[in-house]
Amino acid sequence: MALNSTTSPFWRDVRVLRVLLQVLFLIGVLLLAGILYANMLSGLNDLGLTLNLDFLQSEAGFDISEGIEYEPSDTYLQAFWVGVVNTLKVSLIGIVCATILGLIVGIARLSSNWLIRTVAAIYVECFRNIPLLLQILFWYTAVILQLPRVRDSISLFGDVFINQRGVYLPAPEPTSGLRIWGVYLLVGLIVAAILYVLRARQLRQLELPGFRAKWALPAFLIIALLGWFLTPEKPFRLDPPVLRGFNFVGGISLSPEFSALLIGLSVYTGAFIAEVVRSGIQAVVKGQREAAKAVGLNESQILRLVVLPQAVPIIVPPLTSQYLNLAKNSSLAIAIGFPDVFSIGNTMMLQTGQSIPVFAMIMVSYLIMSLTTSAAMNWYNRWINRVRR
Amino acid sequence: MRKFLFRISAFVFVISLMIPVLASGDEGVLERVKNRGRLICGVHGSLPGFGFLNESGEWIGFDVDYGRAIAAAVLGDPSKVEFVPLKAPERFPALQTGEIDVLIRNTTWTLTRDTQVGADFAPPTFYDGQGFMLPKELGITSLKELAGASIGVTAGSTTELNLTDTMRALGVDFNPVVFEEIDTLYNSYEQGRCDVVTSDKSQLVARRQVLKDPEAHVILEATISKEPLGPVTVHGDNKWNDVVSWAVYATFFAEEHGITQANINTFETQNPEIQRFLGKTGDIGEKLGLSKDWAHQVVAAVGNYGEIFERNLTPLGLPRGVNKPWTQGGLLYAMPFR
Repeated sequence: MALNSTTSPFWRDVRVLRVLLQVLFLIGVLLLAGILYANMLSGLNDLGLTLNLDFLQSEAGFDISEGIEYEPSDTYLQAFWVGVVNTLKVSLIGIVCATILGLIVGIARLSSNWLIRTVAAIYVECFRNIPLLLQILFWYTAVILQLPRVRDSISLFGDVFINQRGVYLPAPEPTSGLRIWGVYLLVGLIVAAILYVLRARQLRQLELPGFRAKWALPAFLIIALLGWFLTPEKPFRLDPPVLRGFNFVGGISLSPEFSALLIGLSVYTGAFIAEVVRSGIQAVVKGQREAAKAVGLNESQILRLVVLPQAVPIIVPPLTSQYLNLAKNSSLAIAIGFPDVFSIGNTMMLQTGQSIPVFAMIMVSYLIMSLTTSAAMNWYNRWINRVRR
Repeated sequence: MRKFLFRISAFVFVISLMIPVLASGDEGVLERVKNRGRLICGVHGSLPGFGFLNESGEWIGFDVDYGRAIAAAVLGDPSKVEFVPLKAPERFPALQTGEIDVLIRNTTWTLTRDTQVGADFAPPTFYDGQGFMLPKELGITSLKELAGASIGVTAGSTTELNLTDTMRALGVDFNPVVFEEIDTLYNSYEQGRCDVVTSDKSQLVARRQVLKDPEAHVILEATISKEPLGPVTVHGDNKWNDVVSWAVYATFFAEEHGITQANINTFETQNPEIQRFLGKTGDIGEKLGLSKDWAHQVVAAVGNYGEIFERNLTPLGLPRGVNKPWTQGGLLYAMPFR
C-alpha cells in the first residue's frame, strides 16, 4: 500500500478514478441538459415566446363533453384537472376490467376443455397482435356508432336505454329511508365480523382449509335484505333517463367515447394479462399440483389454495408493467374525442400557444400516475412475499 | 486512462462547439427556401376546395394554389413546392420548429395567435364566418332551438371557442362532441353521434358535398363569427412575411386590373403601376429579394384571385360574397405596388 501510494500518481489511484469518472459523467450530463435548455430558450426567444404559467389562471373558454363539474368560464388549470380525473377514471376502471378478463382467460387457456382453451387462445392472439389505436377506432366507429339512433333506442327493462350516444341507466337518488337502512347495514356488518372471526377460529382448530366468510357473507346479505324490505320508505328512488329534445336527460350515462376507450383498453390489455397469468401458473412447479392432488384436494381447491398463491408473486411484476401500459395507452383517447388529460392538454396548447409548459404538465401527470401505480404494486409484491415466507 | 480522459474532454469540446450551431437559426426563411430550391407548405389535406389530395395523387385547392403562387414568386416555378398535410393541433408547432416555411391551412387570424403562438399573419385570402350544419328533417332554423343538442366541433380551433361563447351568450345548453380529426368529426355527424356540426361556412359547404346525401343537410342562416383565413409565417421573419404578403397582394392586384393567366404574356399597358407590377420597369422585385418578374410568375402560375376562386371554390357552390375586389364592393384590397 505504502509503496503504491508513493510511486503511482493520483490518476492511477482506483479510488480517485472512480470518483473522478462519476464527477465527469455528471458534468457531461448536466452540460448536455444545459445545452438543450439554452437551445430551447434561444429558439423560443427568436419566435418572441416566453415560458410562464400565468395562462393557467385565465379563463379557458372551451367546453368539455364529460367529467367532473366544469364551466367554460373556469380556468385552464381547472380544465386540465378535468382531464386528469378523466384519465384516472378510465385507467382505474380499465385496470379492474382487464385484470378480471385476463385472469379468466389466462386460466381458460390452461383448461382441459378443448373449446374453452381454443377460444381463449384465439382471443389472446387476435387482440394482442392488432394495434390498439385500430381497435379503439373499431369499437367506436364500427360497433358503438352503429347502434340505433337516439329516437330508436334499444330499451331494456323499460328504464335502461342503449343508443349510439351511449348507455343510459336510471340513477339511484338517496331518500330519507337511507338513514334507517344504514343502521341495518351497520348491524349486519358487526354480525358478519363476529361470524368471520368465529369461523376462522373454527377452521384453525380443525386445521382445515376453507372459506372463512362462509357464515359472514350470507348473514350480512340476509340482514341487508331484511332492512331493505322493513324500511318504510325505500332507501333509493330511481331517477330514470327521459328523452327530451335531442338527447336523454337524467339518469347515469356512459358516453360512447368512454365506452369505446374502456372496451378497447380492457380487451387489449386483458390479452396481455392472460398471458402473464398463464405463464405465472405454468411456472409453479408441477410437483405442487401433483402433491395437492395426492392429498385429495379437488381441482378448484388446487387452483385456489396451492397454485394461485404461488403464482401471484410471479405474476405481479409483469402485471405492473401491463397496468402502466394501460394507463399510458389511455392517451389514445384523443383519436375518438374522449377528453382525457392529453386531449385537453392539446386543446390548451393550441388556444394559448404555450406548448412547452403544457407538455411538461402532461408528462408530469403521467409520471406521477405511473410512479404511484408501480409504488403501490411494489408494496403489494413485498407484502405477499412476506406473507409467504 | 489518459487517452480516455482525453476522449471525454474532446467530446465535451465538440459538444460545446455545437452550441452555436444548435442555437442559431440566423438564416431567414427566404434564403432557406432559395437554398433548398423548394418551398414546404403546410396545408389541410382533407378539405375539398382548400387543401385536398385528389384521386390521381395531386394536391388541389384554394390554399394549395397559394402555396404554388409563393413558390412561383420565390423560385420561378410553381411545381417546386412540397405540401405537408397537418391536423389543427400540429400546425403551429410545425411552423415554430421550421418544419414548414409557410402555413396555408384555413387559419383564422386572432390576437392571441398573432402574439402568443409565434405566428405572423399575411393578408387574409378568404373572409369566412362560422355556421352550423344539421339534417334538414329536424326543421330547425335558429340557434335557440339547439338546446340540449350534441354539437360536433374540431379540437383546438377558434370555432370551438366561438361555439362556447355564442351558446353562453344565448343561454343555450348543449353537449360538445370534440374531435381532433375532421374526418372523424363529419363521419360521426353522418352516423348520428352529433345532431349538429359547426365550423367555418366554407368548410361546411365543402364537406356537405362529400356527405352521402348532400341534399338532406342544411346550413343555418346564422353566422356567429368573423373568420379571416390567410397564410401564416413564423414570427420575427419580416422579410419572409413581406414576400408572402405581396404574393397574395399580387393575386388581388391582377384581378383589380383584369390581368389573367391567359392574357399576362400579351398584356399591353401604359399604366406605370402595372408596368412596375409586371417587372417591366422599376425594382420592386429586388426590394422583396425576388426576381424582377416575380409577380408575372405568380399570375402565370395560378392566375388572379378570381381565377383561383372560380377554379377551386365555385364548383363547390360557394358564392364570392365579400371575397371580391374592393372595386366591386368586396374586402380584397391590394396595397399600392410602388
